[in-house]
Parts: sequence; C-alpha cells; structure tokens
Amino acid sequence: MKPTDITNPDYFHKVVDCQLACPAHTPVPEYIRLIADGKYSDAYMVNWESNVFPGVLGRTCDRPCEPACRRGRVDEEPVAICRLKRVAADNKDDVRDRMPKPPAEKNGKKIACIGAGPASLAVARDLLPQGYHVVIYEADPFAGGMMRTQIPKFRLPESVLDEEVGYITALEPEMRLGHRIESMKALLEEDYDAIFVGTGAPRGRELEIPGRQEASANIHIGIDWLSSVSFGHTTKIGKRVIVLGGGNTAMDCCRTSRRLGGDEVKVIVRSGYEEMKASPWEKEDARHEGIPIFNFLVPKAFTHEPGPDGKPKLTGVTFEKVKAERDAKGRRNLVPTGEADEWVAADDVLVAVGQENSFPWIERDCGIEFDRWGMPIVDEKTLRSSHPRVFFGGDAAFGPKNIIWAVAHGHEAAVSIDKLCHDEDISDRPAPGVKISSQKMGIHEWSYDNDISNEDRYKVPHRDPKLTLRDIKMEVELGFDLKAGLAEAQRCLNCDVQTVFSTNLCIECDACMDICPTDTINFVAPTAEETESELRERLRVPANNTSQDLYVSTPLKTTRVMIKDEDVCLHCGLCAERCPTGAWDMQKYLISITHAGHACRSHAPVGAK
Amino acid sequence: MTYIAKPSIHHPGLTKNALGHTRRDYEGAVSTLCAGCGHDSISAAIIQAFFDLNIEPHRVAKLSGIGCSSKTPAYFLGNSHGFNTVHGRMPSALTGANLANKDLLYIGVSGDGDSASIGLGQFCHAIRRGVNMVYIVENNGVYGLTKGQFSATADKGSKSKKGASNSDSPIDLVMLAMELGATYVGRSFSGDKEQLIPLIKGAIAHQGAALIDVVSPCVAFNNHPGSTKSYDYVRAHNEAVNSMDIITPREEITTNYPAGTTELVTMHDGSQMLLKKIAADYDPHDKIAAMQFLMRESAAGQVVTGLLYAERDSEDLHQHIGTVATPLNQLGDRDLCPGSEALARINAGLR
Repeated sequence: MKPTDITNPDYFHKVVDCQLACPAHTPVPEYIRLIADGKYSDAYMVNWESNVFPGVLGRTCDRPCEPACRRGRVDEEPVAICRLKRVAADNKDDVRDRMPKPPAEKNGKKIACIGAGPASLAVARDLLPQGYHVVIYEADPFAGGMMRTQIPKFRLPESVLDEEVGYITALEPEMRLGHRIESMKALLEEDYDAIFVGTGAPRGRELEIPGRQEASANIHIGIDWLSSVSFGHTTKIGKRVIVLGGGNTAMDCCRTSRRLGGDEVKVIVRSGYEEMKASPWEKEDARHEGIPIFNFLVPKAFTHEPGPDGKPKLTGVTFEKVKAERDAKGRRNLVPTGEADEWVAADDVLVAVGQENSFPWIERDCGIEFDRWGMPIVDEKTLRSSHPRVFFGGDAAFGPKNIIWAVAHGHEAAVSIDKLCHDEDISDRPAPGVKISSQKMGIHEWSYDNDISNEDRYKVPHRDPKLTLRDIKMEVELGFDLKAGLAEAQRCLNCDVQTVFSTNLCIECDACMDICPTDTINFVAPTAEETESELRERLRVPANNTSQDLYVSTPLKTTRVMIKDEDVCLHCGLCAERCPTGAWDMQKYLISITHAGHACRSHAPVGAK
Repeated sequence: MTYIAKPSIHHPGLTKNALGHTRRDYEGAVSTLCAGCGHDSISAAIIQAFFDLNIEPHRVAKLSGIGCSSKTPAYFLGNSHGFNTVHGRMPSALTGANLANKDLLYIGVSGDGDSASIGLGQFCHAIRRGVNMVYIVENNGVYGLTKGQFSATADKGSKSKKGASNSDSPIDLVMLAMELGATYVGRSFSGDKEQLIPLIKGAIAHQGAALIDVVSPCVAFNNHPGSTKSYDYVRAHNEAVNSMDIITPREEITTNYPAGTTELVTMHDGSQMLLKKIAADYDPHDKIAAMQFLMRESAAGQVVTGLLYAERDSEDLHQHIGTVATPLNQLGDRDLCPGSEALARINAGLR
C-alpha cells in the first residue's frame, strides 16, 4: 500500500463526511463549534458564505449531510446538523454590517439571471460584490422562487425568507419582478456577457387516467396549487382530500390541505412507505398531523357523477392494489395483487406525482442543445450549456433536486461566469482553500472540545397541532432552545480536526493504539504483495467500510507502518494526548470551496498553459 | 495523563467473547501515567488476555504495591477485585488472599522498585512458596515517580538521563525466580504485544507461581541512548527464544507446523499451549540449561525474551500444604474452629 498523501486537500475533506456530502460543502463542524461557543452570528456567517440561505435551509434542507454524519456510524442517530443551522439563524445578532457591500465601482460586465429562485440568487450573491451588473428576471411579483411558492409558510415563515433574499437584494441587483422572459433569442441579442437560467422545474406532472378531464374542477396539480395558496388565491379545499404522490411536495400538499378545511386528508402512494421519495421527517410530520399514508395503491380512474349544476363532479378515485416483486434480473416491480380495486371518496384531489422541466421560451435554434427528454445539455462542473455564454443551475439544469443543490450550482456557475468574463478557461476549476491549524494549546489541552458527548439526538419541539392546524402561517417547528442547541452541538465529533501523523517522531510505543476508543489505529508490517482489501481484513477491527479511506504512514523504524481506519474515528484526540513525542497532532483542516472572485481565477490567459 | 475519560463509544464491529463481552468491557479507568508509558501497553495486553480467555472479571483479584506500575491495576479490569497494598508488600497480601480464597485468579502487578528493592524479600518468599498467581513486574530500570534514579534492575554501566553511569550490579528477577522455584517464568517487552499477550495467557492458565518480567520503557526518564531499557535498545537486543499461542478448549488448532519445531503442552485449566521454537537449542523445560543460556546471553548484552521456563507438572501452595478443596473463606466457624476437643486430639497426636 502506498503512503497516504495528506497534502492533497481531498484526503481530509473526505474525512469530514458532512461537508463532503453537502453539495455546497458547508464547513459543518466549524459552525457547530461556533454554536457551542454561543457565537451564533459567526456560525451564521460561516453558513451564509457557503449556502447563502441558512435560515431557510435550517428549516427546509434535504440534509444530505445527516445520513453521511460519522456519529450515525458509531451512535444511533447522526447530529441534527440541519436544525443546528437554524439555531444559528434564530439567535444571531443583526448581521447586516457583516454582509458585503455593493461595490462602488462596477466592472462593466452585465449578467442576466432568469428566475429569482435559490440558484439565480446564489449566482447574484457571488457576482454582485465583484462589480458585476446583475439583472434578475422573475415572472412572479416576488423574489424567492420555489422557496416562496412551494414551501408552505408553516414550514418556512415569510420573514425568514424575506430577510435572506433581502441580503442579496441589498447588493443592488436590478430586479425585474413580474417580468417573464418569453424568448431566449431576444435575450441573447441584448448586451449580456452571460446568461444564467435558474427557472426551476416549474411544471407539475400530469396524471392522465380516465375521468381526469371530466372532474378537472376538483383535481389540482400540487405545485400550482401550493403556489396559489402561497399567493393567497386559494384559501379553502374540500373536506375529503386525496393527495397522490409520495414526495415532499405531496407532504406539503397534505399538510396545507389540513389547514384549509381538509378534515379527512389521505396520502395515497403507488410505492411502499420506505420507498417514498419524501424525507423521513416530512412523512413523520404529516402523520403527526393525523394524515394517514396508504401504500401500494395505483390510481386507475377519477370517478365522478353529475353535480347540482349538471356538470360532472369528482366523487373519488379508484385504485388498483399492487405489491412489490423482484423480477429475474433483481429489479423491483409493482405487480397487481389480483385483489378487487379500492375506491376512495374525495371532494378534491391533489396530484403531486413529480415535476418536469419546461423551456417553451428557449428557441431550439438559438445555440442551446437539448437532449431527447427536453433537458438542456449542461456540463456538470461548469454548468455551461452548449452555448458559450449560457449557464443553467438548480432544477433547470438536471431536473428536480433541492435548494442546497441549487445553491451549489449557483456558486459553480458564478465561478464559470467570472472566469469567462476574465477570458479564462472555465473548465480549469479552482482548488479549495485549506486553512490548517494545530489545535494544541498545552500538554493535554486542545482548542476544541474533545470530550465526546454521550447524549442521544435531541428532538426539535413542535407547537401544539391544535394551534398550528388553525393557522396556515404558524410555524410548526419551534427550533432548539439554546440549551438543547448547545447539547446537540456537543454531539458533533469535530471531524474536521484531523489526526495528523509524523513518521519520523514515532517511537512505536503503541500508546495511541491502546487508547483509541474505536480501535482505528494499527501498526502492521504489510508484505509487498498484500492488497488493500487483504490489509483491511487483518486490522484490529476489520475495516469493512470501503467508502472510508485508510490513512497509511511511510515505514517506521521497525519497518511496520501505521494504518488508521478513518471510518469510525471520534476525533477525540486521545491518540495525540497519549503520544509522548507529538507524532500525532490534532490539526484543523478548514476547507472552503473557492467562490467567484479573485481567488477562483488562474491569473493566466487562456492558452498560456 | 489525560483529562478526559476515554469515550464509551466503541467500534460497532468489535467482537464479543464467549461471555458476550467486548474487549472494552475489560478496561478500567483512563490511565494517569505519562504519555507513552510502557506500563499502559502492558495493561492493554492484560485486558486482551483476560478477554481472550473468556474470564469473568469478578473472578479476578488484582493486587499491587506502590509505584507507577502499581497504579496500573486501576486501568484494567474495572469490574475485578483490587487491593493496592503497602510498598513492596503486595506478595504477602496476595499470599494471604490466595490462602483465604483459592477460587479467584490472582494477578500481582509490581515494578522493579517495588519488587527488587523494598519488596525483594516478599518477592522471594511468595515465589518460593509457589503461590498460584500471575506476578507481573513492569520493569523500567528507574524510579520514575521520584524522577529517574537507577533502580535495582538497572544494568551495570547503563546511563541515566543526565549521563551518570550505574556502578551497581543488577538484580535479574528472572534468574532469581528460577532459582527460587517459580514454575512458569517469562520475559517480554511492552512494545511487543504479540509475544506478551500469549505469555500472560499462559501464566493465567498455569498452576503455581508464574513470573513475567516485562521490560517497559520509562519514556520520561529512561528512554535515551545509553539506557538498556529504552524502546530502541530492547528492539535492537531482543532475542526471542520461542513464541507461543494459548488455545482455549473451545478452539481448534488449525495450523500445521514442521515436526520438532513445536510442542503442545496441556495446561492446568484444560487449555493448550502451543510452543514454537525460535532458538533451536532452547528447551524451556530444562532449568539448568536455560539458566546457563540466560547468563551467557545476558553477559553479551542481549535481552532474552519468550517463555523461559515452565515446569510440566507444577504444584501450588495449596497442594503443598494440603488445604481442603473448599476455599477457606467459605468454611463455617465450626470447620475453622472445631473446638477444644479437636485441639486436644491434635495435641495428643503430637505427643
């Protein structure tokens, strides 16, 4: 096995599982430590740098960080990272004076952002302080995109969204609200140096089954209906509501229905409960509000009968019962059980079976190529389309994902645009910034809290459903109070404080190996022909999680090597405390993704390399 | 030392022994010794040995005297019986405890100061009586707690941290124990757990007085050039005469070894000791030859390690004096003090 090259920033970034899993690579342990320290404003700013909408995401994020959290591998549940973000946002001071200011001088470059959702706003946030003139077009009368139109206010209060959109509008983009772009061709003819398309996945998928047309008065497309509720156009719904679909939109639809007069709201899903696309906690929240979820039922037809006015009126939905079976190739299919169909009565049906992209306003001959599914061809790294000056991000780029992905795309697109406007090769991506600092303060003192908390994950308290079901704007989650926030923050294992080993200092006393609470450290003599998988097998505890690296030292005096399995390291620093020679040191690797601006540029003209 | 407790979180893939315990269940409190102390490695080896042998912690009594070494029973087997005695008096306390309750497993932990200086007499008598025990000397050649003066086991001519040369002759506890009739004698090195763990397991399974002299470098005061008890010196001069495995009754011997290089010894508790020769002419059952070998190699500056002597059909103190099968502490008053009539009978038998 080759010794590990820890000078490559990717090596220790991989150890910070949460940060690696976050599409925007938010330095999670760094802000959690700041929360534990009561420095909420600092914690907020660390977040704001990376993910632009900490208050919004602290309530609505899809949390890819949490399944990745190392704590989840050594304890029952991961750290409640997402809701800690909210603790920072809720408890910060006025941070306006920490925000970048609109520059006094513009750089003469003009950028158009289409759509005022999270992706476009992230692009604007990154480019405006650099002196760009950014014009944001939005068809709706307000900025915020799906964060405003699709996320119910009982999950995301308007004030939180307004505040965080406000930090970007304070950078003075040119806001053209209520202005729908009808032609990309026309826009390309204007004097924009680059165009960013962040229009989301605006079209709800249809459910074309018998009765759809006839009963259409009481069948609504989920995202359109949520948007209509958000703008106050829709204020009530029938008593019996069926929500079709198992994603997060379906969860928002059913919970919103409960607040608009739906007494008997049911979610009915084709797949099984576990396979539903909705986040587990959103399913839980829906059930908490008395909304049952029925699985393995495929909608077959909308039933209807003539209403008092003679027009057909929806009476319910007929479902075919199915079960999951694996075919010969091991694929999972839903096959009819053969039982009789089930009919469920309903006054209204909300269809939330998926979202689609839609670009009717982009002429197919304007230089932007589309694939056969109608999606633009976009480079995953640069976010550039086949048109050299047109970029896509968020749901518009690769189909429906979530807010944090939109922000991440926004950052990368902004880097591309910045490099493009400086005549640089945009495929040459900037390396992340890495700040390394030893945490040693004294013989056994560290500048981080290395004592591992044994607490279980804290639950976020909810308001009484009796109150929240009556008021569609009343936020359900109360957020952690400071005490619970501190205790939850202390569950973090500080995975960005790395165990750094120096071969030349080691005297092979075994102290680190003996003290390590999770048996990650080994001293072994590998044979020349031994493969990594063989070596993994013969460690003190076999390193079976191959997604986690082995940290391998150069040969020691006895020809053995130190091999550390990064998988379940608690970053408690005991190896370094028990090391008599300082061969182990705890060093914080603060990794920050390079955003648009001076640092992202290569400072070399295209073709010079 | 360390200011935080060792986190209780352990590796989810940690194996369990036949009793359902993980190795972590055999730990004690977190060590307060200097970072890198060899004694901590010995504690880790003891933990592993008891875990491997599926011994219930409450069946073990750990006794010690005074010194760095004698602090260590606090750092292993947190659920066992313990007695931290007076300086050098561990062997007497252990002998007494063993006489009272022979059902427990006794492990005495001592250092070169505790055993070779103040407690040398105690050491000798416990060994020569054949008390059934595992006597571990954590031998670093210096008085660590009092800042590194030479101890009685420091080699003549070895250097202190400040450069002073030792002019006294050393006491070799291995030679002494063999001479005094110890029936299981080994030497090992804290930095070589592969050798040390089976040696401890063999001592636990052995019936009689078992001594293991473990060279355990003092990183604070005796781990420098000129020391003969440093990591570097011991690694450079370590001459292992054999290696061994202890096979518990439920395990199978799977590896085949060439004839003549191994020996299988059945231990008192039914487990088997597989002894693999390294030095071809070394026979750990031939005491006189072994002592000659040790003297010769020691004079050449070598540190001979491994199982140095094991008596085949060993006996312990209880067998020597013919105590009853029931431990004395479980006998009632009537058995222990049978009254004046019984006394009269005994006296009559002596007339």
